[in-house]
Amino acid sequence: MALLERTSGPRGGNSGASPVGRSRRSLAARRERRERRWSPGPDLDRQRPSRSLLVALGLASATLMTLDLTAGGAALDPVRGVVADVVGPAEAGATALVSPVLAVPDFFRTHSSLREEVATLEEENTALRAELGSAAFQRNRLAAYDELTATAEDLGYSLVPSRVVGWGPAQSFSSTVTIDAGTDAGVQPDMTVVSGAGLVGRVVSAGRTTATVLLIIDPSSTVGARIGDTLDMGFLTGRGVVGDEGRLDLELVDRTAVPARADSVVTWGSDGGAPYVSGVPIGRVTRVYSSLRETSQRVVVDPYVDFGSLDVVGVVVPTGTTSDRALVGPDGELSGESDGAEQ
Amino acid sequence: MRTARAAAAAAAVLVALLLQVSLAPHLAWQGVVPNLVLLVVVAAALTRGPQFAMVLGFAAGALLDLAPPADHTAGRWALALVVVGYVAGRVRSEASPTATTVVSTVAASSFVATSLFAMTGLLLGELSVGVGELLLVVGLAVVWDVVLTPFVLPPLMAMFRRLEPARLA
Repeated sequence: MALLERTSGPRGGNSGASPVGRSRRSLAARRERRERRWSPGPDLDRQRPSRSLLVALGLASATLMTLDLTAGGAALDPVRGVVADVVGPAEAGATALVSPVLAVPDFFRTHSSLREEVATLEEENTALRAELGSAAFQRNRLAAYDELTATAEDLGYSLVPSRVVGWGPAQSFSSTVTIDAGTDAGVQPDMTVVSGAGLVGRVVSAGRTTATVLLIIDPSSTVGARIGDTLDMGFLTGRGVVGDEGRLDLELVDRTAVPARADSVVTWGSDGGAPYVSGVPIGRVTRVYSSLRETSQRVVVDPYVDFGSLDVVGVVVPTGTTSDRALVGPDGELSGESDGAEQ
Repeated sequence: MRTARAAAAAAAVLVALLLQVSLAPHLAWQGVVPNLVLLVVVAAALTRGPQFAMVLGFAAGALLDLAPPADHTAGRWALALVVVGYVAGRVRSEASPTATTVVSTVAASSFVATSLFAMTGLLLGELSVGVGELLLVVGLAVVWDVVLTPFVLPPLMAMFRRLEPARLA
């Protein structure tokens, strides 16, 4: 078959060559057809080296991974720092731009209910409405700061108040957020992050003005925890990113201990308060499974924090930390503002 | 023209990244957000071909890997988006691809990127999610990207096409 084709090839060429005009036309037609098939001409040359480029860039990616995996990513830390310093403030800016847009549904809800109630006071209503629309968001935020202050008081730690400005996608299969406080605010890696409701996570890396927080619902996050009522100790792991409510699994060290439903779970705390300080409320026991094979209890914990609507959070810092903003002190008072203003 | 193109591509990637981490999570479906950076790379691939798209994919992926909310090994998104640039660039066959081509390219690219990202995670031992959840995330990501395609891809492709130097006659 191959032989036949090979012999027919030159013969076809010969027969085409005798009537000159036709051959040129058919050659042109063939080239045109080929061109159409391989579409825009220059692509032919562009297409070919793309495979070597693919290999080169693939290897570059592998090199990045290797660099990041060796020596705990020390080689890439400066780069990460630079990117964080550039993108972090941009994220904070984008969130600031976006938040009024997100408050719009709230605004309309306020608007419609007001119109029903005070239909007669329309001109007063319009003034009120404009005020309320912007106030609702601020009021929520103020309430969050209030809660945070109460938390600082309850826990007895100093907190750096900050806001969540970026959320990692579920496609990355890890639950991380960016907060708008970094090393300038006294935030360092392995610090505990809390909100008004309870434990949020820990700082994994900090840039100058932003930091990345690993949430406790991340599957790679492990928190030493104890049942508040019985003081039984265990390890709490996240269950992954999918699902509206992030649930946590608690594995108790004492296999015979059976916690009751609705028992509260708090952090047990690590040496030196890193990465988690002790006594931070985490969640409530909702279900208890006993695993016969591993002869241990698996306890499902519902976190107090709503990870879907994280906004104001606080980073636990040692008292007396110099910061670019006012710290919420263990007495619930703001402190350190003057320090920040001078810097 | 080259610098203008590079600047426009970089700006598009940065805007996509910022929207992806700040606005998109409020619309997230089970935590899955549209991968806008991927859409930029696909748009580049469909208009500019694989070479440009692969380089852009690498840069955009490295940015995704290093920018703040990321906590995974750097290079994983870079690799995924380089491959997307290659695959989507190979699809480009006409000067102006049809809507079906664009949508199916986005769907394929989204599937390839998220799966590849997950696979490198599995290889590096960073992933601790079950196969079911993994497939759910990959599926939802594809749906999101396809849903956003009609709104995002045409302007992006028009931008890349306008910045294209005149083709060789």
